[in-house]
Amino acid sequence: MTLSTLFQHILTGISLGGAYALIAIGYTMVYGILRLINFAHGDIFMMAGYFMIFAMVSLPWQIAIPLVCIITVILGVVIERVAYKPLRSAPRMSIMISAIAISYLLQNLATYLFTALPRAFPEIPFLKKIFQIGNVSSSLVTFITPILTIILVVGLMFLINHTKIGMAMRAVSKDFETAQLMGIRINNVISATFAIGSFLAAVGAILYFTDRMSVTPFSGMLPGLKCFVAAVLGGIGSIPGAMVGGFVIGLCETILVAMGYSTFSDAFTFTLLIIILLFRPTGLFGEKIIDKV
Amino acid sequence: MMTKNNLLTIENLSVSYGGIKAVKGISLTVPEGEIVTLIGANGAGKSTILRTIAGLVKPESGKISYRGEDITGISTTSIVEKGITLVPEGRRVFPDLTVLENLKIGAYLRKDNLQDDINRVYKLFPRLQERSWQLAGTLSGGEQQMLAVGRALMSRPKLIMMDEPSLGLAPIIVNDIMNIITTVNKEEGMTILLVEQNANLALRIAHRGYVCETGRITMEGTGMELLNDENVKAAYLGKSKNK
Ligand SMILES: Nc1ncnc2c1ncn2[C@@H]1O[C@H](COP(=O)(O)OP(=O)(O)OP(=O)(O)O)[C@@H](O)[C@H]1O
Ligand SMILES: [Mg+2]
Repeated sequence: MTLSTLFQHILTGISLGGAYALIAIGYTMVYGILRLINFAHGDIFMMAGYFMIFAMVSLPWQIAIPLVCIITVILGVVIERVAYKPLRSAPRMSIMISAIAISYLLQNLATYLFTALPRAFPEIPFLKKIFQIGNVSSSLVTFITPILTIILVVGLMFLINHTKIGMAMRAVSKDFETAQLMGIRINNVISATFAIGSFLAAVGAILYFTDRMSVTPFSGMLPGLKCFVAAVLGGIGSIPGAMVGGFVIGLCETILVAMGYSTFSDAFTFTLLIIILLFRPTGLFGEKIIDKV
Repeated sequence: MMTKNNLLTIENLSVSYGGIKAVKGISLTVPEGEIVTLIGANGAGKSTILRTIAGLVKPESGKISYRGEDITGISTTSIVEKGITLVPEGRRVFPDLTVLENLKIGAYLRKDNLQDDINRVYKLFPRLQERSWQLAGTLSGGEQQMLAVGRALMSRPKLIMMDEPSLGLAPIIVNDIMNIITTVNKEEGMTILLVEQNANLALRIAHRGYVCETGRITMEGTGMELLNDENVKAAYLGKSKNK
């Protein structure tokens, strides 16, 4: 492997990792606030891919992208209101099962509506432009993804640490009841969390599918699981952790494929999950997992 | 001269947890500007009463009125908006927010400038000012209680409810807290509904007191009356009836 192909692979890996990071943040934020693994998150990401396909049929990308983000946000928020909110005081297992059900529902709904055949993802011309740095050349989306990811994470961290709604999120994630006693409407805060997670999943979907070029009703499953592993690797609940986890998994996967072990690249992710759970269940940046009272 | 308005009136309030009655038709009034205390043994239903007033628990029957307005069953946010705040049992400060952030979140519904109120809380509790950047989870129990009280003051409430502020604190800190309670009551005319197991202390600073036993109010009177009552003495003040 020459140095420039190595760089090429690293760049591809970081780019894939950026998309993973954006999805992983959705898992980690929802877990942070509801202690729920939102199994439907990968499928929300898949739906965003379809929304983009249909939006691009008649709209220019400058309008399609924000529109897709908005629709995905609505989908995420509505799922929470309909499928999770009524179960909030039920045992944790019930809400998990509801999440699994929503995941299958979305997959089946997509199969029913759009068939199981892969649909071509529209080309966003400027993202596909070939870009060259030294010997390394790639489409613009590969360069943009990690940069956009970092910008979004920095923005998100600012929101969480320095704004009123961010303070409310931190409070609600620790103690629902006391947060209510402060006058915080926890339903709004939870909706905001789902909105942010779904928005990032929509951005991730646009970047990811631009690279993959097609969407099926099951496109969300494997990326969803990998991003969940990324969130666990980073320490579930930690946003910087989810970002690092996403980059690590994207990089490792790409490098394994480049080395010719593509058959093992998915298995690698799940082996990693088992290793983390065995040796460092709190992940790289995780706080001690304290069960919610 | 002493025709006081009742800030809070509770009539025949009953509360159940999944079929088990924790509060069985209690009535009580909290006159504006007074300190009213509710004493009683473990499990008597004191916290349940406060949590129901705060809207965290929905009552089974009965009526809660605030300044003559029926507020039974409305959301906690609306209760806070109306000027009622609860300092919960066990302090419940937000451990990974700083002291200052805990104070700010106490004023979550306010949109005006908070600096005067922050200064006022720091004046009442100078120890919080020294620790303003410290994470609340690293404060001592006493400091956390001060913070919980300070945080409640930040919403500029008309009525503060406190659930066992003395719990697990050294006597000297308990005294400090009780002094603060009397201070905000005297200087700012703040109305206070105080739940305590430390009946002796509570009755000393309270204008009125209620005794709560297994979900019912069994006695009421001025703080002094209850302090001198033989039954109260025997049951809550650790003094034998015969002596
Ligand atoms: N969330 C709940 N679910 C079921 N039962 C509850 C719940 N909270 C309180 N109870 C029951 O209601 C009764 C009254 O409890 P409450 O906490 O109001 O008592 P308390 O007077 O505040 O006691 P303490 O002085 O120990 O704090 C108790 O029997 C308690 O077990
Ligand atoms: Mg109690």
